[in-house]
Amino acid sequence: MANYTEDELAQDLENQEYKFGFTTDIDADQAPKGLNEDIIRFISAKKDEPEWMLEHRLEAFEMWKKMEEPNWAHVKYKKPNFQDIIYYSAPKQTKKYESWDDVDPEMKETMKKLGISMEEQKRLTGTNIAVDFVMDSVSVATSFKSKLKELGIIFCSFSEAVQEHPELVRKHMGTVVPTSDNFYAALNSAVFTDGSFCYIPKGVRCPMELSTYFRINEGGTGQFERTLVIADEGSYVSYLEGCTAPQRDENQLHAAVVELIAMDNAEIKYSTVQNWYPGDKNGLGGIFNFVTKRGICGLNSKIAWTQVETGSAVTWKYPSCILKGDNSIGEFYSVAVTNNYQQADTGTKMIHLGKNTKSTIISKGISAGKSHNSYRGLVQIHKNATNSRNFSQCDSLLMTDECGAHTFPYIECKNSSSKIEHEATTSKIGEDQIFYCLQRGISEEKAISLIVNGYCKEVLNQLPMEFAVEAQKLLTISLEGSVG
Amino acid sequence: MTVIAHKKTALSSRLEATSISIANEDKALALGVLENTPLPTTRTEAWKYTRVARLGKIAFTNQEATISSIDKYNIDSSAPTLVFVNGHFSKELSSNDLPEGISWNLLSDMNAIPATKLKLENEVFNSLNTAHLTGGVQLTIAANVIVGTPVQILHIIKGTEVISNFKVIIDAGKSSQASVVQGYFSEDGENKFCNVTSEISLAENAVLSIDKVQYEDENSFHISTEEVSQERNSLFTINTSTLNGGLVRNNLHIKVNGTNCNSVLNGVYLMKNKQHVDNHTIVDHIAAHCESHELYKGVMDDKSTAVFNGKVFVRPDAQKINAFQSNGNVLLSDNATVNSKPELEIYADDVKCSHGSTTGQLDDEAIFYLRARGLSKRSAHQLMVSAFIGEVLDMIKNENVRSYVDGLLTERFGWE
Repeated sequence: MANYTEDELAQDLENQEYKFGFTTDIDADQAPKGLNEDIIRFISAKKDEPEWMLEHRLEAFEMWKKMEEPNWAHVKYKKPNFQDIIYYSAPKQTKKYESWDDVDPEMKETMKKLGISMEEQKRLTGTNIAVDFVMDSVSVATSFKSKLKELGIIFCSFSEAVQEHPELVRKHMGTVVPTSDNFYAALNSAVFTDGSFCYIPKGVRCPMELSTYFRINEGGTGQFERTLVIADEGSYVSYLEGCTAPQRDENQLHAAVVELIAMDNAEIKYSTVQNWYPGDKNGLGGIFNFVTKRGICGLNSKIAWTQVETGSAVTWKYPSCILKGDNSIGEFYSVAVTNNYQQADTGTKMIHLGKNTKSTIISKGISAGKSHNSYRGLVQIHKNATNSRNFSQCDSLLMTDECGAHTFPYIECKNSSSKIEHEATTSKIGEDQIFYCLQRGISEEKAISLIVNGYCKEVLNQLPMEFAVEAQKLLTISLEGSVG
Repeated sequence: MTVIAHKKTALSSRLEATSISIANEDKALALGVLENTPLPTTRTEAWKYTRVARLGKIAFTNQEATISSIDKYNIDSSAPTLVFVNGHFSKELSSNDLPEGISWNLLSDMNAIPATKLKLENEVFNSLNTAHLTGGVQLTIAANVIVGTPVQILHIIKGTEVISNFKVIIDAGKSSQASVVQGYFSEDGENKFCNVTSEISLAENAVLSIDKVQYEDENSFHISTEEVSQERNSLFTINTSTLNGGLVRNNLHIKVNGTNCNSVLNGVYLMKNKQHVDNHTIVDHIAAHCESHELYKGVMDDKSTAVFNGKVFVRPDAQKINAFQSNGNVLLSDNATVNSKPELEIYADDVKCSHGSTTGQLDDEAIFYLRARGLSKRSAHQLMVSAFIGEVLDMIKNENVRSYVDGLLTERFGWE
């Protein structure tokens, strides 16, 4: 121990902060840097896509070229150079995995480190999570496929879906988030490499949680994945999404599109634990997380978004619900934690079109270090959405005197029988609360973690069990050393 | 660009540069802005819900007009009054003397107007007001004086395609106390445009309250900008009652520079037909240990539209700030619209800030209760509405103003 210097300790601490910061040494198959039509053709050819898909991509690319990068969000960052990104990177693989045993041991190791050891899950009976693992935008393994197949549930990678269920993909892709929706959605539509696809047939209640795990591994790459979840009439699905990335000094771009379609009487629960690499203490590196997520609700249906956001250098994300069908319900539960130089501009849009539609928004922001955390939301009640109801609550917790918490709600109402409530508070952790804990022998760090967990409970309660535990741990890690 | 240039010229094309001696830099800057900045569109964030393109199509002119009496407009008849018609001072209708401790100067009589505190860059209406200033008044409240009676400023706009670029400057001296009543009215004519700016400063320990009543007709546009700055231990209160007007936009910007200040902003708006009201408020907490309280409530009927955008800034190191903001709206008709945008931008941690916004309708059960007791539907509604906005009206401390506002409600909405 004599040689153990302070520097080493500091380094250890720094590494400890982001425990997913390792890289995996797997050969990757990459496209050259840059973005042009050839790259798009290259991606499409690599994926062996049908002609209509390529056309869709090229169309999106044409639109994207005409668009400008938005800058209305309350975040500051160096705009990514879109010609300096590798748009296709796939773990090298020549054949499809026949079974789990064929999977590259190195890859298995990666998953193990991420805590998604499928092997273990396979061995244990009664597990209830099916995982689709996406590394560098390419889906590498999907578990429990056969079991789901018995129920008629399709859960596979997006490229597989394009091959095997083109009719479903073609019919629904881009119906919720049109290609021209925004700059990053257009970019994604042009260059997306993979993602997850899920279809729940009529009246089926998916017996297990479906889960996708996203991982950026290669340096210099961007991750552009697409998720499409279709819940047919009367079905139910709970979907989880997790993300991590290695520690790198550069800013990597993640621009995903998630589309949810809940048909009549269906219910979709979509939970995210976002833990992309947030950059180091000085704000160097980290992922730019620019994501478009939106769901559309049919008659009597329900979409619930739950998110725990702890990672990413810059987040720009508004999971939204279009409440088109009468009596449909949209929910949004969010905990966003920012530390050091992280910036988050996140929130939701609830667009009430149908009668008797209801939406609930609970957003909890925690800012520490020198970070900035904004809630930006839209509640829009259209003229025909009679008797619709919205309740929004956005609370912000400030941990240091250098961080910021901001709220930008937009509330638009065109109907006299609707009720909208919005409230927001911003404050810091009460000294009396900390004092109370200290007095009972709980250390300050523990006290803060206790209070923060209590503060977020409303949201964490919405998460499926397995995720809730992980999310609580994440909160503690993210806020480590932020006691101001 | 040519189209925009055309619109821009229309807005100020027939206006002469102001004859009032405003600071040269201000004049140059304002003219530059008018030259180069198009009217805001709904793509401009601050004007997202308010369309002003119509203003660009009207060739406004300065006009002089006379009115016979101010009896109708006399909000607080006990108060000494300064009357302006289309921005020009009306000596006959005004009181000769203001209470002791308040001195006043017409801007047209002053040799040099102090440099403006208004933001001119990109602000077309502030620039229009500055470059083409028609008239206005400066009130100076002497230090250590408590002025018992309020001072009243009435502005009446009259004529067709007439514009009034009117300005009020209020300087409240150290440890002074005063209150000002402001009324904005109109008489016949189409397309009247009242573009008002106010620059209000409160020195240490000053107490100033403003009661503002806006009651122009449906053929008028009213855009008003208030730039308030507060030094330490000062207390500023403003009650804005918007009860009539075609398009009304209020920009209220309070900069709290000193510690221990208190800022109170209350607003009430009742609109019907196709009227449009837009309240944009900013409370900018630069210094620590301050409080701000904001309460805006409105009732919208027919095809009217209301916009509320309240913003609270807490700057870095402005610790121990308590800022509260609340906005309530009632929609009486399915064609009415409410857009509410309460915002917080907080850069300090030891603060208590909150905002709330509600949009809804009158409680059916309460209406039923009243009707079961023999009240007509109409009077039940009226009772409910008056209770709803009563919370804000009760903040008006000046009883004459309060009863005048009640009178306007009777006149405008047929209340009993």
